Amino acid sequence: MNNSDEKSPFLEIKGLSKSFPGTVALDDVSLKVNRGEIHVLMGENGAGKSTLMKILAGIYQKDSGHILINSQPVEIKNERHALQLGIAMVHQELNNFPDINIAENIFAGREPSKWGIVNNNELYSRAGILLSEFHLNIDPHMKMGKLSISEMQLVEIVKAISLNAGILILDEPTSAISATDADFLFDILHRLKKQGVTIIYISHKMEEIFRISDRITVLRDGKWIFTGNSAELTPDEMIKKMVGRELRELFPERTILPGEIVLQVENFTRKNAFSGVSLFLRKGEILGISGLVGSGRTEFIESVFGYPPADEGIMHVSGKKVRINSPGDAINNGLALVPEDRKLAGLNLHGSLLINTTLAALSGFAGIGGVICRQEERQAADTVTKQLQVKFADLNQLISNLSGGNQQKVVLAKWLLIKPDILLLDEPTRGIDIGAKSEIYRLINKLAMEGLSILMVSSEMTELIGLCDRIIAFRKGRVSREFQRAGFDQEQILAAIMN
Amino acid sequence: MKRLSKYLQPMKQKQAILYLSRYGILIAFLILIVLMSFLSPAFLKTTNIMNILRQTSINGIVAVGMTLVIILAGIDLSVGSVIALAAVIAASFAHTDDYPLIVPVFAGLITGALCGFLNGFIIAKRKIAPFIMTLAMMTIARGAALVYTNGRPVIDLSDSYNKIGGSYFLGMPIPVIIFIVIILCGWFLLSRTVFGRHIYATGGNKTAAELSGIITNKIIIWVYTIAGLLAGLAGIVLSSRVMSGSPATGQGYELDAIAAVVIGGTKLTGGVGTVFGTVIGVLIIGVMNNGLDLLNVSSYWQLVVKGIIILLAVVLKKKNLR
Repeated sequence: MNNSDEKSPFLEIKGLSKSFPGTVALDDVSLKVNRGEIHVLMGENGAGKSTLMKILAGIYQKDSGHILINSQPVEIKNERHALQLGIAMVHQELNNFPDINIAENIFAGREPSKWGIVNNNELYSRAGILLSEFHLNIDPHMKMGKLSISEMQLVEIVKAISLNAGILILDEPTSAISATDADFLFDILHRLKKQGVTIIYISHKMEEIFRISDRITVLRDGKWIFTGNSAELTPDEMIKKMVGRELRELFPERTILPGEIVLQVENFTRKNAFSGVSLFLRKGEILGISGLVGSGRTEFIESVFGYPPADEGIMHVSGKKVRINSPGDAINNGLALVPEDRKLAGLNLHGSLLINTTLAALSGFAGIGGVICRQEERQAADTVTKQLQVKFADLNQLISNLSGGNQQKVVLAKWLLIKPDILLLDEPTRGIDIGAKSEIYRLINKLAMEGLSILMVSSEMTELIGLCDRIIAFRKGRVSREFQRAGFDQEQILAAIMN
Repeated sequence: MKRLSKYLQPMKQKQAILYLSRYGILIAFLILIVLMSFLSPAFLKTTNIMNILRQTSINGIVAVGMTLVIILAGIDLSVGSVIALAAVIAASFAHTDDYPLIVPVFAGLITGALCGFLNGFIIAKRKIAPFIMTLAMMTIARGAALVYTNGRPVIDLSDSYNKIGGSYFLGMPIPVIIFIVIILCGWFLLSRTVFGRHIYATGGNKTAAELSGIITNKIIIWVYTIAGLLAGLAGIVLSSRVMSGSPATGQGYELDAIAAVVIGGTKLTGGVGTVFGTVIGVLIIGVMNNGLDLLNVSSYWQLVVKGIIILLAVVLKKKNLR
């Protein structure tokens, strides 16, 4: 590790590409990272940052391209191999064992032992030394689960360093910790940097990016856009580089037909999620909600649907005060929700296209005793899937055999069958390719033209700007600003959602 | 067009594999029958076939209920003990000429349904793992049966009660007729009703089901209640057939039912399964037991063979789906 030339990059990525079914996550990305620098990776959700880091950490395998460490080409086979190569990653979702103690967590899988018997004395003394090196005043005998999130984060970093990692990857480490804890983290990162550890840091937070980084790389739509010294950049320039793309032609022409207010939410509050959110939605309107992950946008839209209900707040649907305690209540009031994660919350992947499509509207096809009229059911499923241009061979085929875009259309179809008045969409185009995205945009627009009112959460700024009549910005669980279509400005919206 | 066929090709293949894995078990069953009929001339005789059907009917009735539970991604370990509790309670109302036949039958069914309801209610409302809840119920129901009878079998049952398990209708043993009726009900419920779809949806993806407006707790409670009810029915049939309600009966029946369901292709992870598959599973176990008996294989070895068959059924299915 010591024979490297200061000027040649420590980590070099050349022409890296990676596809998932339906999407190109990384497209010919090249990047150089120097030894002992803090290199920040920026980009919108879906830009390919996480995919790139997961390839480095051995979680994903690249399709093509080269990775060089210290000018030596390497093939990273798996996570273990990445660790052997000195690459350690601290994930955004912490992967620790909450029920065992800190020392055991740090040395999980490589406990100091003889003949299979763990040497506890060594385990705790080594863990203690490591923790004190980082000035962490934590007892290694304590259970991991007792720590605060930021302490866990620091222990994970200690663990990564104890593996003699030369390259440390941090995925949004400050997304869940306080400002004081973040300061402490930055001190540690600076110390590591001085020790020659190379740090790749993913973050959305402008302030900390400029505070800690040496260089910044921007990715967009899976492509490398820019790398530069952070001292020579301004936040405004960075935002421009992150969002600057022309996707306008993907979006349908939108003529706004403002109708009467169909949904009014006042002072919606749910503990640890969002508070004091008020908004209204007109008939035929597309209202967008913009916000970072963790801003409470998903929790809000789920609570509008009663899953779970808000702790406080009043809701009116078509001028009538309603209390929505469950998705059933929401459905009865003409609401429908296309959830953020179609695999986790939208579909029964064990089931067929037919049973997924008709699930919510099923009782409409049933007679006495809940016996389904199968002909009516098939006909309805057939009509709606054709209307949405779902590509499939047979209504009885397994939903898991469809592409992501088609699966998403099935979730939409499921809800259109109940003929809702208000459609709640959470990341309606997540993980689907650009062609399917465009189709879904057209569909959303068409539904709105037909009088459906749409409330849509999205991480993709261009999508919100292309489709919506109004955009509401969420920051830390509150509405931070509202934008009218005439006044849409990517940079201002981004500034309104960033912490 | 070319692109489309490229799309369809792997799909057809996948579907072919799906059919194979669905009907593979049926093919295995047919092979087993052919094999047995060659090995033992007595096997295909009507009396023997009726014998097999009668022997399997109790496991079959329980297994239909177990199918619903497992599709729901649950498990019910309590059915064996519930059989015993229902058997002793039903039998206690069936002493000669005490009450009309409807009373013991009703008592048995209610007992089973109540145990099942408690399972479902606590699993749904208190979010207890089905394994734990039904394990507890298994012990409780067995204990209750022993308490109720003081550990002694209930005997001296009325003729009319004994007829449930012992007589024939149109040449068919009554237990077999009950089994067939339960199969048809189970099949209809699962494949033709809203409730059935909701079971698949809840077992396949609980969150998605709830977001689709399904009150999954209701589905869970109902399914366990049905499973308990069917265990109660099995207890009545069993006690009637052996003309006594024994608190020690039904031990291990839950495992036979689970085995039949799993052999029949229902996944323990939920969301997938059919009554048809379970019936084949029940019959495979029945034919095997009967065949090994006919071949004079010791009952000890029978257990070994049964275990291997369960393992084979699941291993082969996994391989097919890859």
